[in-house]
Amino acid sequence: MVDIVPAVTARKHTAHLTWEVLLTVILAGSLALGRLLSSVFLQTDNLSNILLDITEISLMALPMTFIIVTGEIDLSVASVLGASSALMGVLWHMGLPMPLVMVLVVVGGAMAGALNGWLVVRLELPSLAVTIGTLALFRGIAYVLLGDQAVADFPASYTAFGMNTLGATFIPQPFAIVIVGAALFGIVLHATPFGRSLYAIGANSSAARFSGIDVGKAKLRLFVLSGLVSAIAGIIFTLRFTSARGDNGEGFELAVIAAVLFGGVSIFGGRGSLYGVLLSLLIVGVLRNALTLVDVSSETLTIVTGLLLLSSVLIPNLVAGWRARRDKRLVAARR
Amino acid sequence: MIIRANTMDQETPPAAPAISTWLAQLGKRRETALFVVLIALVACTGIARPQFLNLQNLRDVLLNVAIVGLLTAGMTVVMLMRHIDLSIGSVVGVSAYGVGCLYVAFPHLPVPVALMAAVAIGLAAGSINGALVAIGRVPSLVATLSTLYIFRGADYAWVNGGQINASSLPDAFSKLATGTAFGIPTLVLIAVLVLACLGVYLKSFRGGREHYAIGSNPEAARLAGIHVERRVMVGFLISGAIAGLAGGLWLARFGTVDASTAKGIELQVVAAAVVGSVAINGGAGTILGATLGALVLGVINIALVVLQISPFWQQAIQGALIVAAVTTDTLLARSLAKRMMRKRDHG
Repeated sequence: MVDIVPAVTARKHTAHLTWEVLLTVILAGSLALGRLLSSVFLQTDNLSNILLDITEISLMALPMTFIIVTGEIDLSVASVLGASSALMGVLWHMGLPMPLVMVLVVVGGAMAGALNGWLVVRLELPSLAVTIGTLALFRGIAYVLLGDQAVADFPASYTAFGMNTLGATFIPQPFAIVIVGAALFGIVLHATPFGRSLYAIGANSSAARFSGIDVGKAKLRLFVLSGLVSAIAGIIFTLRFTSARGDNGEGFELAVIAAVLFGGVSIFGGRGSLYGVLLSLLIVGVLRNALTLVDVSSETLTIVTGLLLLSSVLIPNLVAGWRARRDKRLVAARR
Repeated sequence: MIIRANTMDQETPPAAPAISTWLAQLGKRRETALFVVLIALVACTGIARPQFLNLQNLRDVLLNVAIVGLLTAGMTVVMLMRHIDLSIGSVVGVSAYGVGCLYVAFPHLPVPVALMAAVAIGLAAGSINGALVAIGRVPSLVATLSTLYIFRGADYAWVNGGQINASSLPDAFSKLATGTAFGIPTLVLIAVLVLACLGVYLKSFRGGREHYAIGSNPEAARLAGIHVERRVMVGFLISGAIAGLAGGLWLARFGTVDASTAKGIELQVVAAAVVGSVAINGGAGTILGATLGALVLGVINIALVVLQISPFWQQAIQGALIVAAVTTDTLLARSLAKRMMRKRDHG
């Protein structure tokens, strides 16, 4: 297995490096655009805001990258975020101490992920269909738990976490979790046998099975991980806005998936890097912030997300098609 | 109109054990099973709350389901080919607002012209989706997720905080939802007509059968001489046109339209299709099944209201239903396939 996996991915790696270089250029361009559009853009408060705004989406994008690399998908992440938020409010109102509430919420998220994983792995159901179902199910549970109420009386010592920055830097405290998480996930994905096996699974699931990888177990772990991380994102979201609500984070799943795909991860699995995904998250955050500063409404901004996502797949496809036609012409001319 | 999936449509051996025969029958006649579930739902709710079964309530159910049912049928055509169209909610939004704007500009526009304009808006959106998938080779999930964002963003930019009110619509247009023919709302009749045409197209026309062939095995379909790209394009055009029409009908039904119209309806529609036994992996499903799926979900929603169950349960129940439907469908199809393999091996 150790021999096969690098061979499978080695050639694709070079193609990816170029995508990441392109993303870096786009990020630099977006920063420059932001500076051009508004003078407050580069102020530390605004930079903090950019990072704060992408905190939850970035967290959920980490396990989502793993899942999409194996060729599966998890549409239920935002609903797990909402259900976790609602559960947090309910448990806090029951008078449990905050640390226990957080532990229980994270366990709940892991259980939600385990349900997804069990349905996908043990019953071998398509993850797209399963997680469309659990998207509605978990969001429904969030509404059942809290209705249209909001719980907002969390202790100030905890909600301050959502507003403070890390020491004297502009990095908000919640984003520190993203940085630690990104480092951990990056090492696991790119430098451990488990991480490399995910590429093998995504490239060819049966070949991976025949080379001794426990495909089911790996996928089950990923779905549990996704639920767990989404629950953490739910806790952060709740503390950040000091509000536990059933509809928290509605629609985030599409933003998460869009960021992962724009980061160069193939929807068919087997390709992509965490570095690309992180760049893509930053680009989306910077562009949204810059355009918001010049009063483009946030709903209109979804056009930018859509165009980025589309171009990330369409442009490489068109280039490949153009190259294929050119090669064919060259071959024909040589005859 | 009995329409059945083209796959797994074989006679069961008479010697098979009773329970698995029954299961197999159920698996093959999913429409029948759905119909039984639907009748049971209506009957149980009717017994618990007799006032549920009045004409006004049933008319409301039909009006609510007609639009989702239409969209589900369009989604079915796309899902049959192993594709998905997530952009329909945004297309409904754009089309509803577009027709509203037409009426603001030309208050005396005849109703058929307005509906044709709605379809045209939908066709334009569908052609973009189709071109991206068939020519640009973008996976449909990515392409239509992008256009979901782009169309909705364009809608927000266009609407710019405004809205269309029922007062700007002529009576003739609102009559689509309030007027009746033979006691059935006109809007429902339009939906049934479109559904019937689509059902016949998928069942009996060469083009319709090609949608199934592509979903069952795209490579085999290509080798059999099917123009896969052209058919995929047609599928997205159908889905787009129906979403456009649904937008026009939405405006007639609700009168008030702003930029968030029909937001998120795509998941409800995929849910209805999945409950209606349209396979998410393509190749299997019927318009009748999809419509029954939409009806079952619609009746459950109204039954919850009538039974005075908190509306907050609605989504949880819908989610549990989708998971249950996907599970039973896949397991049934798998056991059926296993039996057919055995039958083949042992004569």
